[in-house]
Amino acid sequence: MSVPHALLALLSESPKYGQRLQSEFEAKTGNVWPLNVGQVYTTLQRLERDGLVAADGGGERARKQYRISPAGRRELANWLRTPPELVPPPRDELVIKVLVALQVPGTNVHEILQAHRRHVVEVMQRYTKVKAAAAEDDVPLALVADAELFRLEAIVRWLDAADVRLKQAQWTATSPEAMPSPEIEPEATAATEVSQ
Amino acid sequence: MTKTLELRHISKTYGSGASEVHALTEVDLSVEGGELVAVMGPSGSGKSTLLTIAGSLEQPSSGQVLVDGVDLANVSRSEQARMRRRAIGYVFQDFNLLPGLTAFENVTLPLELDGAPAKVAKTSAKAALAELQVAQRASRYPDELSGGERQRVAIARAIVGKRKLLLADEPTGALDSVNGEAVMRLLRSATHRGVAGVVVTHEAQLASWADRVVFIRDGHVVDQTVAPPGPESLLAAGEGR
Repeated sequence: MSVPHALLALLSESPKYGQRLQSEFEAKTGNVWPLNVGQVYTTLQRLERDGLVAADGGGERARKQYRISPAGRRELANWLRTPPELVPPPRDELVIKVLVALQVPGTNVHEILQAHRRHVVEVMQRYTKVKAAAAEDDVPLALVADAELFRLEAIVRWLDAADVRLKQAQWTATSPEAMPSPEIEPEATAATEVSQ
Repeated sequence: MTKTLELRHISKTYGSGASEVHALTEVDLSVEGGELVAVMGPSGSGKSTLLTIAGSLEQPSSGQVLVDGVDLANVSRSEQARMRRRAIGYVFQDFNLLPGLTAFENVTLPLELDGAPAKVAKTSAKAALAELQVAQRASRYPDELSGGERQRVAIARAIVGKRKLLLADEPTGALDSVNGEAVMRLLRSATHRGVAGVVVTHEAQLASWADRVVFIRDGHVVDQTVAPPGPESLLAAGEGR
């Protein structure tokens, strides 16, 4: 989430005070990303230093009204068109866990996949509740919740595909030493992937 | 409290000998009025069989099916058929609306088949179509409706009258995700008014509309979600992003 660019976008409508920028930012992102007013002023200072915004009025920061500069408009236009980093981190923790599980003797990998699947679906239920509780015309909130839901759904689909692949390959981790699978805590194990 | 749907130790086997297939093994599932349960599993996991058995469209090989406290094995075939018409509503993936009938006639049909007076059937159908926001399309034939409208009519037909159990098999069919979500909202609000709902799906996004998600695999119920905390827990987790 780029706070500087979000503020530039809000200023592209009209000049605004810091306080108003904070409340508009929160409202327009469905109140899912809280932003404190200190963060707003620090960001505005940096934008002013870089010549992307200019401040009218002086003295206390709360009395300054900010407006976007021509350079700021160019920066915003470029940012909107620049694709975000789509290459995933080199080591996805969930993928690693499953790969490791394949090697641990006596592990029921399907059970491990299911523990993660359940946890991800539970998180999805929470995002869906956010959508269900909101007004149907709250488009910003729906977009934010959708983005999380599609991302989480991709994890479930990966788990489903892993299940099918292992079944087709009739995979069994070779070994006599049984692994005590019931002790696995799904909440703890999947928390990192889904809360990033 | 009586469960609206109760499946006890349900098993279903097709074929015999070497070609025997165990579609369901010792499945237990209870759904209360007002609750929406999603049954999630890959293709061939037995989830559709579970739904047809719950709706008495198919008999289990063993186990009991209770709808509103009535054991379906203890009632006559005609009584079962009456329950299917009166107490249970079905929503199918491909809508299954009768093409020669208007939307309105499709919705009144189950009530008329059940012997309801025409006036009662019409009043109930109007209310159901209005609830699904397709009242203005009542005189249209299915092929004159969009995919989303057809599915709304199909849901109206499933909830019309005083149904207690709503069963849906991949109810969003080929709809895009936003129209699919609208269907899930409607199913959810129908169940939250007191009907018990079971939705079968392989899609996690659809399943996440349910109060509870039951996971089925190779004919066994392997897991289910625990009641999720409220949405406020997410907003707190979003701080600092």
